[in-house]
Amino acid sequence: MNTTIQKASSRNTVSAIRIGMTAALPICLGYLPIGVAFGVLAQKAGLSVLQIGLMSLMVFAGSAQFIAVSMMQDAAAAFSIIATTFIINLRHLLMSSSLAAVMKPVGLGRLSLFCYGITDESFALNHPRFVSGDWDIRSALALNHTANAAWVLSTVAGGFGGRFIPDKAFGMDYAMTAMFICLLVYQMRGKWYVLTALVAGIAATGMSLWFEGNMHVIAASVLAATVGYILQGRSMRKKALQRADTGADGAGES
Amino acid sequence: MKAEEYLLIVVAMGLVTYVPRWLPLVVLNRNPMPEWLSRWLDLIPAAILGALLFPAIFTAGTPRQLVLLHPASIAAIPALLIAIRTRSLGLTAVVGMAVYWLLQNWPPNWLFGR
Repeated sequence: MNTTIQKASSRNTVSAIRIGMTAALPICLGYLPIGVAFGVLAQKAGLSVLQIGLMSLMVFAGSAQFIAVSMMQDAAAAFSIIATTFIINLRHLLMSSSLAAVMKPVGLGRLSLFCYGITDESFALNHPRFVSGDWDIRSALALNHTANAAWVLSTVAGGFGGRFIPDKAFGMDYAMTAMFICLLVYQMRGKWYVLTALVAGIAATGMSLWFEGNMHVIAASVLAATVGYILQGRSMRKKALQRADTGADGAGES
Repeated sequence: MKAEEYLLIVVAMGLVTYVPRWLPLVVLNRNPMPEWLSRWLDLIPAAILGALLFPAIFTAGTPRQLVLLHPASIAAIPALLIAIRTRSLGLTAVVGMAVYWLLQNWPPNWLFGR
């Protein structure tokens, strides 16, 4: 593992950035249809291209932007739009914490710049790479900001002329879902991860039928990680006890 | 909506989105993390992805309804197999999109019972 860590830090900045940008390409592909769809919708809701680009640049969060625009269309109060945005995007709190567990200390400036680009997609790509050790802040920054640029540009493009693009062309609306499937596979590093993902998935599906919005993501994630944590802890203690019973024989295992 | 009001809303939206993205990482990146927290956080990515994915493939419509058999869930099967076998993000996306698109445009009656 040490050799891979050295590999990432000994890389020169240009190639670190290039690797990050290349890794962002699948995200860009997935953002394109969603971004264009958002641009079209926002334009129909009466926003100018400048206003659309500004929102994408400031907020950079797909589902929150869709909901905000539909709330604006319904003439919702400013406060409720802002509060809804806060709740929808609160799940990034968990992602940010989780990234902290796998990232080496980084200067405040670069860290703040990196945090701006934490989304479901960039998180799911960055996290396993940080775990592998073959990744550093320069590549992660490049990844986040390439994805960000793709988002801003595709929403602006949608605002300009998205009406002429069929919105469900070639299954593009499935790009994000397919991506999440692969990113979930990256996270399956043992039985506890599989169990946690299943609990989260089933709980989230159930909750999503009851509640609108996407609070179910945060609620189901916290629940499932806690269940996984408790069961994993129990099994670890059991193994430790067994090891103590059998003495030195089993000590070399696992 | 007035332009100034829009600007105010968008800036506030940006702020309430940025702070939860920024605060945990900045606080936890500098300080050593207790063992229990890092073990719990280690399970969070799997949990979040499960929580994002399952409703996306097993529910549809507004308000959401449970749909177990439809293009989104069926296309997940080949995508999952490709992901496990190749671990390639691009290939998984392309195969998933293609199967999804085919099922949407030419839905097999024997599968969806329509």
